Amino acid sequence: MAKVKVPRKSTRIDMTAMSDVTVLLLTFFMLTSTFVKKEPVQVNTPGSVSEIKIPESNIMQILIDPTGKVFMSLDKQPDMVKVLEAMGTDYGIEFTKEEKDKFKILPTFGVPIKYMKTFLSLKTEEQDKILKNYGIPTDSTDNQLKLWVKHAREANPDLRIAIKADQNTPYRVIKNVMTSLQELRENRYNLITSLKREESN
Amino acid sequence: MAEIQTSDSGQGKKKGGSKQKKISVFIDFTPMVDMNMLLITFFMLCTTLSKPQTMELSMPSKDKVDDTQKSEVKASKAITLLLADKNKVYYYAGLPDYKNYNSLKELSYDPKSPNSIRNLLLMRNQEAVAKINELKKQKMNLQISQDTFAARVSRIKSGKNTPVVIIKPTDEATYKNLVDVLDEMLICNIGKYVIDTISAGDKFLIKNKETNGAYALGK
Repeated sequence: MAKVKVPRKSTRIDMTAMSDVTVLLLTFFMLTSTFVKKEPVQVNTPGSVSEIKIPESNIMQILIDPTGKVFMSLDKQPDMVKVLEAMGTDYGIEFTKEEKDKFKILPTFGVPIKYMKTFLSLKTEEQDKILKNYGIPTDSTDNQLKLWVKHAREANPDLRIAIKADQNTPYRVIKNVMTSLQELRENRYNLITSLKREESN
Repeated sequence: MAEIQTSDSGQGKKKGGSKQKKISVFIDFTPMVDMNMLLITFFMLCTTLSKPQTMELSMPSKDKVDDTQKSEVKASKAITLLLADKNKVYYYAGLPDYKNYNSLKELSYDPKSPNSIRNLLLMRNQEAVAKINELKKQKMNLQISQDTFAARVSRIKSGKNTPVVIIKPTDEATYKNLVDVLDEMLICNIGKYVIDTISAGDKFLIKNKETNGAYALGK
């Protein structure tokens, strides 16, 4: 019974090549991807064959969920502050510096202006939780969306309006938003859709 | 690979020249790989690649115009699409006929169906579609540039004999219906289309069609 002696081998693996690959992948991801924006409501955009890409910056996005709640987001922080100040003057609300600082980092906003102060005093997690219960009022008696859009346009004339709505949203809601925009003479806007491949004949 | 062999040759001091001290520096890259993998995972989860869901559709401008600027649409060229609830879509060509409920015809969103919106529009827009397909061929063969292609396409689309589509969604139609119809405009190369608000007459037509004329007779 001669024991076969297994020669001991070193188990050291050279990780340099692996490191090269991971760095390469990392660089690829960093360069090609964009960060997902936190949105208060889940929205399934309808498919379309249009292949026009949305511009990178100067976007004002109007988010509409299936129940008709409307939210807004702006991509430039200085604009956010200006818009909030203008809204405050319209409704006679004075915002403190802390509140403005808190407001400008919000990814999406959409509470009636009179709740804005209470909303801004909350912690981020609480804000995320309650934001989806609110929405910007769009009814004809108190059309705050119109004012938000108007002030956003004043703050940044290069803004492009993008409407992102769920595919099951009733047209009533869309019509409401579109008429608000039309009253402001905002006639060009983009509808955000997802890509649908289709053979064109 | 990660081994660096440094030969210390004594920095010019020629001490016989044969004495070479070899230092082997081996760098362990495992923690580096760990960290990179972590970062990659983070980027894969928190970002979207080339934003696939942000395709856009430009809307035509719809400014209030006074009567002098208003362009009259020939009744023979007008197609009115009525988007009703439950994914139904109806159309009438030219002027509506309120007396005959059969003047309103039902269409289908499904492009494979024989009475789809696409078939109707392609048939009505045959001339322009044929011309644009011809241009596309020329572009594929690199006979014309992208710019001339775009300019010619827009000229064909706004040509005299192209149909004008009036889209009238009811309040019950969904956003998807609207986008689907706008999509058909793109596919069928319709240059002139407008989204209009639905009138009471159009609602009457839909109701009448759904009840096969009973609605007009007072139920």
